[in-house]
Formats: sequence, structure tokens, C-alpha cells
Amino acid sequence: MRRVYLDYAAASPVDPRVMEEMLPYFTDKYGNPSSVYSLGFEANTAVEEARERVAKLIGGEPKEIIFTSCGTESINLAIKGLVHRSKDKGNHIITSTVEHPSVLSAVDELERGGFSVTRLPVDGGGLVDVESVTAAITEKTILISVMYANNEVGSIQPIKEIGEIAKDRGIPFHTDAVAAAGKIHISVSEDNIDLLSLASQDMYGPKGAAALYLRKGTSISPILHGGRQERKLRPGTESVPLIVGMGKAADIAAQEMEAESETLSKMRDKLVRGLTTSVKECYLNGNLERRLPNNANVRFSYIEGESIILNLDMKGIQAATGSACTSETLESSHVLTAMGIPPEHAHGSIAFTLGRWTKGDDIDYVIETLPPIVKELRSISPMVPEGWTD
Amino acid sequence: MERIFLDHASVTPVDARALRFAEPYLAGGYGNPSSLHSVGLEARRAIEDARTKVAALINAEKEKTILFTSGATEANNLAIKGAALRNVGKGKKVVSSAIEHMSVLNPMKDLQKNEFEFTTVPVDSSGIVDLEKLEDSATRETTVTSIMYANNEIGTIEPIREISEIVHEKGVYLHVDATAAAGRIPIDVQADGIDLLTLSSNDMYGPQGAGALYVKTGVRIQPVLPGGGQERGLRSGTENIFAIAGMGEAARIAREEMGTESARLSEMRNSLIEEILKIEETYLTGHPTKRLPHHASFRFSHIEGESILLIMDAQGIQVSTGSACSSKTLEPSHVLLAIGLKHEEAHGSMVMTLGRSNTVEQVPRVVDAVNEMVVKLRKISSLGKE
Repeated sequence: MRRVYLDYAAASPVDPRVMEEMLPYFTDKYGNPSSVYSLGFEANTAVEEARERVAKLIGGEPKEIIFTSCGTESINLAIKGLVHRSKDKGNHIITSTVEHPSVLSAVDELERGGFSVTRLPVDGGGLVDVESVTAAITEKTILISVMYANNEVGSIQPIKEIGEIAKDRGIPFHTDAVAAAGKIHISVSEDNIDLLSLASQDMYGPKGAAALYLRKGTSISPILHGGRQERKLRPGTESVPLIVGMGKAADIAAQEMEAESETLSKMRDKLVRGLTTSVKECYLNGNLERRLPNNANVRFSYIEGESIILNLDMKGIQAATGSACTSETLESSHVLTAMGIPPEHAHGSIAFTLGRWTKGDDIDYVIETLPPIVKELRSISPMVPEGWTD
Repeated sequence: MERIFLDHASVTPVDARALRFAEPYLAGGYGNPSSLHSVGLEARRAIEDARTKVAALINAEKEKTILFTSGATEANNLAIKGAALRNVGKGKKVVSSAIEHMSVLNPMKDLQKNEFEFTTVPVDSSGIVDLEKLEDSATRETTVTSIMYANNEIGTIEPIREISEIVHEKGVYLHVDATAAAGRIPIDVQADGIDLLTLSSNDMYGPQGAGALYVKTGVRIQPVLPGGGQERGLRSGTENIFAIAGMGEAARIAREEMGTESARLSEMRNSLIEEILKIEETYLTGHPTKRLPHHASFRFSHIEGESILLIMDAQGIQVSTGSACSSKTLEPSHVLLAIGLKHEEAHGSMVMTLGRSNTVEQVPRVVDAVNEMVVKLRKISSLGKE
């Protein structure tokens, strides 16, 4: 059966060029970067080269990059590390309602510990209003954390504008760029970002490596305690092969991002157009202009996303409902809810995320396969209003 | 020149079989275990298969007692901070031995900064925990005591069963860092009476990027990394399927081959010890018999550890001085100080940890290299004899 994988936001294959570069570090160049002999020095050099490559992708300096084990850890380190370090300056955190669960849970935990939190609303396209950031700032604000782009609906936040406000007010600004890094141009200096989280697996690198950009002069406390690795901010023996892989992935992304984005956004637009024109009551979730090039999140009235996913899977097409992290819980997506989409409509949403190996005829196959599935599901759905015809 | 790698306590090369087993999950077997579609289900199955294999290695009562983390440091932090913070109702005391790894001692110290009382229990000159002192230190207000299964620097194996009985009498959780021991000697969490146990993939020939924490059924901890709710809400973050699958396979191989492999290595280790102790003013550190089978550690009078590594490396032989994590700092190892060595004695230490790539034929070359090294360094030593 034909397999069309359109769930790149949940997991991406590792680029073969990345594989080739990292494999020797498992079995041959297996040194521990802390060891004081040649094999260790070699591993250390490999980690430093990866640091340079990751820094370059986001316009930072190598010494501003801290490697972690995953995006969740990078985000926890940024938020909890910064807030605990600046407790004496205040107790107020500003974030948005559409953040990834890693940000929301870290912030919830801080709130239970006595911090006060403002969760900024978003408009129907999933975007934070810049004015609302200014309005939320108090003298006690010690951190603003707003994601670069949303993983579910792909909306790209006004990061540069928020960065400017944060800089003017002297408040550290963290952005979760896990969904955005390697897909759109990011510059921590142009955008005035103080802390930025990115993950290897979201840019065709291996799982198990991620990074936190920490602007020089911004202080955080570690959340894990142990050895002296990563300037004591992230102890634990470095996963050298995985870090090498992340470096290569960042290098490839930096070189190919522009051309790849153009190809992907064309296919994405074709998919959205194809579905919204051929299926009645099918709508795009999120903003079409400020959107990641690989994201097409659409909703179909009167049917359940889960049934669509399972039917698509039987036809060899993999897609997601809401966020992969929460799709086991079957709750309606907090992002769609925040965008004002009522639960009964949110439930019929499907996120297609395209990637490096998506081909034009994959899109044709989806446009051809999905409408009959929707028709079939609606014919047996109790939610279809009486008298409604396809 | 053939490389003779004798630093398996700092890192193990990934076993080709474990790498081959896990590689599909790295390259093409993508899928997020939380996704609903079939690709996601394959990933979920791979993780559950690994959980079964890791559980078997330590004879855990149920597969789901195994939580995967990014490595041993994270597992140690999760066990200690997770247990201490979750059970503050019982009290705010925590205990460990004086020779634990930094990833146990430093979370303890972090708790200490947050108003916990942290006691370290001393060890004797061979590195065995002082059980009487342990009995005094662990009280009804203690939530967790952390004692390593075996020490990475001196190889000493702790009397875990007796320790377990002592702390359980006071209702204290026993956390055991088994990073150095797992896959080398049999571990049975049920028979040993262990509540929390840390394992590291890359210390038993699995890939970097995975570790595990055994949490006995009914033992209560809280997460250190909240997020998407993976691993029963105790360790969020998309699972590193490749590393986890590789760790599972590494655990399976270790379980099957441990008996013969440990016998083979201990024979080689014994001849190394026998030959190297013939060098004048050379001593074994750690326990002579209660010792990891692949572990030989020495100290040479009038010699400095850093130069040992460099000279041996020039001969194509990699050894270590103390813990790899602290070898970049020039401080003497806290383990060697805890067994009663003076600073200058602790500096002349050399640790050899054998592994799968080593053969008994390598022994003469290693012994020759050590002899030459000692002669050379003592000749130029500023710590030289009066």
C-alpha cells in the first residue's frame, strides 16, 4: 500500500546525511567529552562543532548554546531556570494560551508554587495581540514566554514585536521555537530573543538532542544537578552522536531552508485549496499568511477527527488530530479552543504537516482519498443536522 | 597501533547488535508513540518491548515500573528530588553515602539549599558504607536514602540488602544508583529490597540518550520535567525511541551474556591486578573481593594522575583517573578522599575498566605500558621521594 506520511510535526525521519555523520560516534569515535585522552578530545571537538552549527542556524554565538535531551527539557530549563534565578526581582510570568504543553505545565507548576501568570489570549487565527503583551506587563514581570510558531496550527507569532517590547522593559524573553526552527528564518539578535528552545528531531535530526539558546548575560539556575557539563547548567554525559546529528541537521536546515519552504508552502496551499473547495464545510484552522510553510490544519463539520485519522491510516495516510502529545487523551485541542473554535467543530480537525520527503503526488493522493472518507463518515454521523445534504 | 580501551566506566562503545536492532528507529522507523496511527503504534510497541527487557535485567515485578529518561543524571535527579519533594509530609531529611556520583550528591545539595537536612554516611577504607552510621542517619523524618550499587571509581559493591533492611525499618525509600553495576553483576530489585533504581544505557553498551528509573509499585514520586505527560506523567518529552529500543536490546544482551562475560573479564582483571601490584609502592583502591568484575583501580605513590592518562594514551591505551565527569577539574576525587586517602595519594590514581573489546592477550602490553609509565613519571616527579 502507498504510504503518505503527513505527520512531520509529531516525528520526522532522520535525514540520511545526518545519519551518516553521526553513526561513527556510536561505535568508533565513542569517547566521553570529559575524558582527558585523544578519544575524549575528539568527542569534545565534535560537540563544539555541533554547537557552532546550531548557533549559526539562529544567529547566536556558540557559547550561548546549551545542549539538553529534548525540547521539553530545554523549555523547562529556560522557564524554571530563569524564574527561580530571578525570584527576588518579581513573581509575574506572561505566556500565551496556545503554548505547547511543556510550557503550559512548567508555568502551571510555578503558579502552584506561588508565581502569578498571565496567559494571553489569541485571535481566531491563533495570533497573540502585541498590545496585550504591553498591557500585561507589571513591575513584577520577570519573564515573557511566547512560542515562535504553533505546532498544531502553524501560526507564527509577532516575535520581533514582542522581543522589542521585552527589550524596552528589560524583561527576559523566551520563545519555544521547536516547531519553527529550521523551517523559517530565525535570528535571536534581530528578534531580541534572550532564551530560545529548539529540538533536533523537529529538523530531521535524531531524537534525544535539543538545545537552549541563552543570551550572554542572562542568568538561569539548572534544574538537573550533577557533573560539570554544559557550564553546569545541564549535567550528564553528553549524548555525543545525537548532538553531532543535531549539528548536522542544523547545518542542512540553514542551507536548504529557503528553497524547501517555498516548495512546501506551494504543496501546502494546494492541499488546503483542494480540500476546502471539494468538501462542503471544510475550513482552514489558523492564519493563512503568518503560517509555517508545512502546516495545513483543517476542520470538517459533523465528524470526529479520530475517525478520519483511522480511515486515512487504512489508506496509508498518516496525519494527526490536534497535538500528537495529547492525542491519547481525546480532549479537544487547547489551541483550537483558544482560537474560539467550539469543541464540536474542533473535534473534526486534522493537522497535516508536510516535510522534506513530501511529494506533489502525495498531496494529490490525499485530495483524492479524503473527500470520500468525509462523505462516508458524515453519512453515519448523528451530528449532521436534519435536512443537511452533501 | 591497536587501541586498548580500558575506560568503560566513562563510556561504552555501542554494541553493534544493539545498534543494528535500534537503527531502524533512528533512520526510518519514525513515529511519535503518542500518535494514533499505525506508525505511532509501532513506536509504542518498540518502547514497551524495551521496557520488558529492562525490567527483566533487574527482575522488576512489572514492566510498568520502568520509566525511561534521557540518562542516569536525569534518573538520579528524578528519584531523589521526585521522592523528597513528593513526600515532604513525612519529613525533610535525605541521606546518601559520601562516595555517590555527582548526579546524586548535587541534587541532594540542591535540596539542602531548600531547607532539607542532608546527611552523608561515611565509608571504610575499602569503600563499604558504614552501616552503624547509616542506622543513625536514617530517621523517621528521612524520605529517601541513596546508596550506589557499586562505585564507578573504586569498583566496591555495597551491601545493598543489609542497607535496605536498615532504611526500611524507618520507612525510608531506598534509591540505588546502579549505573556502574547494571549489566555487570546480577541485580534483583525485589530480592535486594530496592524502591528506586537508576540505570544508564551507555554504561551497558546501549546508545547514548537513554536511561531508566525503576519505581517500585506503590512508591510515590513527582516529576522534575512536567510537560506532555509521557511515562505516566513522570517524565514528559517525546520518547527517544531509538535510544530506548537500543537500551532494551543492550539490557537483553547483558542479561544473557553477563555470566560468561563477567567471568572472562574478572580473569583478565585479576591478572592485571596481580602484575601491576608488583610495581613498588603501588596499591589497589577499593575492596579486594567485593568488587565489580571488570574493575581494577590503583594508586601509585609519587605520581600525578593527569600525566598517567596522557602517557598511557600515547601508548594507545585509555584509562581514567577517578570519575570522567570530574577529570577535567583538578580537584582530587571525593571518593578517594572519602576512603581516607590524602590529597597527594589521591592524585596518583588510575582506574582500568574492562569491556567487551578487551582480550586477555592485551594484558602483557598493558602491564608493560604501566611499568614504563611509572618509571618515567617517578623520574620526573615533584612529588618524588625525599
